[in-house]
Amino acid sequence: MTPVIELEGLGVRFGSRDILKGLTCSLSGRTIGLLGPNGAGKSTLINTLLGFYKPSSGTARIFGHDIRTDLKQIRSVVGYMPENDSFIANMTAVAFIRLMGELSGLPSEAALERAHESLFYVGLGESRYRKVGTYSLGMKQLAKLAQAIVHGPKLIILDEPTNGLDPPARQRMVRMIKEMRDAHDLHIVLCSHLLRDVEETCEEVLILKDGRIVHYSNLEEERRANKRFVEMEPLGDGAALAAALEQMGCECAFSGAQRLKAVLSDGMEIRDIYRLAAERDIQLRRLNFRRDTLEDIFLKAMETNTNGSL
Amino acid sequence: MAVYKRSYRSYTGRLTPAWSRFYILTRYALQNLFRSKFLTAVFVMCFFGPLICAVLIYLSHNASVLSLLHVRSRQVLSVDGKFFLFFLGMQGGLAFFLTAFIGPNTIAPDLANGALPLYFCRPFSRAEYVLGKLCALLYVLSLITWIPGLILFGIESNLSGAAWMWENRSLAGGIFLGSLIWILMISLIAMALSAWVKWRIAAGAMVLGVMFFLSGFGAAINGVLRSSVGYYINPGALMTRVCAQLFGLDSPIDISAFSAWVALLVICGICLALLGKKVRAFEVIR
Repeated sequence: MTPVIELEGLGVRFGSRDILKGLTCSLSGRTIGLLGPNGAGKSTLINTLLGFYKPSSGTARIFGHDIRTDLKQIRSVVGYMPENDSFIANMTAVAFIRLMGELSGLPSEAALERAHESLFYVGLGESRYRKVGTYSLGMKQLAKLAQAIVHGPKLIILDEPTNGLDPPARQRMVRMIKEMRDAHDLHIVLCSHLLRDVEETCEEVLILKDGRIVHYSNLEEERRANKRFVEMEPLGDGAALAAALEQMGCECAFSGAQRLKAVLSDGMEIRDIYRLAAERDIQLRRLNFRRDTLEDIFLKAMETNTNGSL
Repeated sequence: MAVYKRSYRSYTGRLTPAWSRFYILTRYALQNLFRSKFLTAVFVMCFFGPLICAVLIYLSHNASVLSLLHVRSRQVLSVDGKFFLFFLGMQGGLAFFLTAFIGPNTIAPDLANGALPLYFCRPFSRAEYVLGKLCALLYVLSLITWIPGLILFGIESNLSGAAWMWENRSLAGGIFLGSLIWILMISLIAMALSAWVKWRIAAGAMVLGVMFFLSGFGAAINGVLRSSVGYYINPGALMTRVCAQLFGLDSPIDISAFSAWVALLVICGICLALLGKKVRAFEVIR
């Protein structure tokens, strides 16, 4: 399968400042999160992928199309929701989305039909004849999402989509992203500094720092791997419990006097631990089913220094 | 699919040809333009001049009306290079004022609302964007400059006969070319200022100000240096010189027609460079 995004030593330089420094990686997930502190180069990477900035070294490919040579093909399969306010103030939402659809190559009638559909889809159906300039911040975000999907792109790039949204609006946006991810044959790149948004929606995460890739994480795999890790405090013969767990293929280790850590074997469930403990008349005072949160991953990544490649 | 069904689907229908997409912006810009009653009124007023000229041409050929008014046809009107130079001067002036009103609406609102990334993240280039906006201005200004000019030429040809038309065929080319270079230049100036001055009203004032300032400054240079160098920064003088050449007339502007053409093209080039600098998805701060 062709990777969604491939970076090959991608570098971007503004004047004497290197903004992106030789990024190399290949991303194929349906939802890809771009994380990093402010000034890490997330937006610059997106803008370079869209051809707004020229790479100073290396290149990148989207669905196999090179950003140096095939920009038109790339732009025809990509929908982009920018971070900042971007709209045409004196147009109604439906005219605005229709114009964006037409510029993407849709015939006028099809663009109008899809403009209505997109606005209903994002929840602006009732206010689609209002001028975009009169919209609230949350509505403008939704209008930006509508223009990004009006032409039915294969890849949607969302730059800080939950910026400025109140909690219910944020939840609605996250739900919509998840729904698009699950229900359709499209890929999403989500650029955000809000770890929660990325954690809720993304399968893969690329963490940037100072224009370099400091961490790549397949969240799905990490979630699966971390699910097998438990920490417990048995009261009674802990060694017997550990031995029983080891017999079932688990890896066990004591930390401290009574704290037992175990990596569960394939097919083993938490209830099996309770069963083993009950059979040996051992009380389990505490059992933590712990996994690394994205925050842990992010904080670890911030302490890392790499050369920009994976 | 009914629009109330909240679902998302990809688009698999046909696409419009890429070369024609610049015209989408032209279409939207024209729709937007004629929403303003004031501009529509100004636009309609721009047709009074051509209408009066058409009536005068008709009268100059209508012997019975002339005899009723006790005037000879020669006293009414002589349709020649001078007539069309006057006509272009009048319509060119109106075109300039109209441009000062509508030109700032072209790019400034898009820049002020950060809309450019939305245009350029699609298969739509910066050149197509500028061309689309420029075409809207050229379309409107053509309707009040070379199109009525050629209609007047056609009326005169019809009334005077094929011999007159053949003899004066260069006037038709002059009307078209002279108008085109003028409306192209003022459109580019208005668009460049619209791109650099994001506030619409200020951009409109700048369009007027730049033309008057350049004329005044050019005249001051000529006065101080006792030379003709000032004409090169005076778009009005340059156009007068070029049109005089196109209509085969003597010009009061004592610079060569070739250098006037070059100066006009340089002004257009500067405007395009200014547009190229500003019409970008994002500005790079180095």
